[in-house]
Amino acid sequence: MVNNLTAPAPQLRRTPLNRVHRELGGRMVDFGGWDMPVQYPAGTIEEHLRTRDHCGLFDVSHMGEIEVRGNDAIPFVNRITSNDVTKLIDGQAQYSALTTPNGTVVDDLLVYRFAPDHLLLVVNAGTTEKDWDWISSHHGGESVKLKNISADYCQLAIQGPDALALLQKLTSVPLAGIKYYHFTQGEVDGVPSIVSRTGYTGEDGFEVYAASDKAEQLWNKILDVGAVGTDNGVLPCGLAARNTLRLEAGLSLYGHEIDETTTLLEANLGWICKLDKGEFVGRAKLAQQKEEGVQRRLVGFEVTDRGIARDDQEVVVGEKRVGKVTSGSPAPFLKKNIGFAYVPAELATVGGEIKIDVRGRLVGAHIVKTPFYKRAR
Amino acid sequence: MANVPEDLHYSKDHEWVKVEGDEAIIGITDYAQDSLGDVVYVELPKPGDEFATNESFGSVESVKAVSEVFTPVSGKVTSINESLADEPETVNSDPYVAGWMIRVRMTNPGEVDSLLTAAEYEDFTKAEKE
Repeated sequence: MVNNLTAPAPQLRRTPLNRVHRELGGRMVDFGGWDMPVQYPAGTIEEHLRTRDHCGLFDVSHMGEIEVRGNDAIPFVNRITSNDVTKLIDGQAQYSALTTPNGTVVDDLLVYRFAPDHLLLVVNAGTTEKDWDWISSHHGGESVKLKNISADYCQLAIQGPDALALLQKLTSVPLAGIKYYHFTQGEVDGVPSIVSRTGYTGEDGFEVYAASDKAEQLWNKILDVGAVGTDNGVLPCGLAARNTLRLEAGLSLYGHEIDETTTLLEANLGWICKLDKGEFVGRAKLAQQKEEGVQRRLVGFEVTDRGIARDDQEVVVGEKRVGKVTSGSPAPFLKKNIGFAYVPAELATVGGEIKIDVRGRLVGAHIVKTPFYKRAR
Repeated sequence: MANVPEDLHYSKDHEWVKVEGDEAIIGITDYAQDSLGDVVYVELPKPGDEFATNESFGSVESVKAVSEVFTPVSGKVTSINESLADEPETVNSDPYVAGWMIRVRMTNPGEVDSLLTAAEYEDFTKAEKE
């Protein structure tokens, strides 16, 4: 048991919910420079299953928010991201990527359109500063004002089949009317908020953005009306459950499936790569790769022998080391051991048999379709 | 508070040893299983394998992490706990009895005298927390 009541090392950053995580018995770890709970006393497996069966609550306040305002907001963001921003309507968001000239990934992000001259970019916690520098450096003559407002916002994710009913108790915004990947602004427990029907778990749910100083109020209220502590109530969930949930749902994690060495096409993100929209950073290289085909491809696999494949372990086919696991873990809901790996394109077929070098032992796996898990609708 | 049975010997790597004649039964402590979280996989050696003092004999995995386990005494494995293959969570629920991992014939039974007593182990874990 770790003493969770000592203060974090001075160099770790804290979200506004740090005290609450510790009071709840969160086991705190360093996540990309942030002092975050990896799990609470219920444990990762219970947190994962509760999210699939009922509701999980996640502190994602460490994510970054970059505001883009001005008449050229849409063309500017469209030029530096891969998805087509012009397709958004007010109150709609899209998954996208900031790309390098090589068509590789600076970060994945959500682009929110509030108005034609007002966009919000929500980026990963560990890459916020890098993204800010990247975006700023690409600001040429466009009429836009950029602002890093990450510190102003807290962000709570409420995910699971019971998420809507839970959140509805705290707002008069008709949540059922918010379509997937759409958002609205309204009050949650009297707190002005952005309520977005998005998430990283593969379940229905919402992400609520509000002023940082309202974080504790919202967090505690959600746990309260969500009957935390009962068998079917909401559970606070740590980063370990967040990871196993997104992995089962087949979602990429920056720094694992995607980074500045992987192109969108290699990572199976061609669907957010709108080559026909016009010029954007990396477009030419991506178009070329689309023509020629990728050399390697990201695949999902299930372990078939005994053992758990882990990040960075090598993929072996025949006698050759052909690739690497990008994310490997037990899948608590599926009750299997799964993962993602890059393999040569010619081997990237569903059903393909591979082996993973698990600390010196070759463990059999086969390539499967992703997502590994899809919720019943 | 973690459970620390009086009649066992302990290592600073959070393994326990129960002596039965010239054999030792080995597992991980309540403190260790609590730190690990839900155990999802246990890798054990085969009967007949031999290990030196403090050598790694296997691993215990939680969802997030892999932890090696070390034998506090040298010896030859006489049996392993096969039930952990299908029920690794026994390490969490019953670390000292049903969650035992390996049984070894000790090369040098005197080695247990160098291990920690229950009281010493308890002090050790308190100090680790700080």
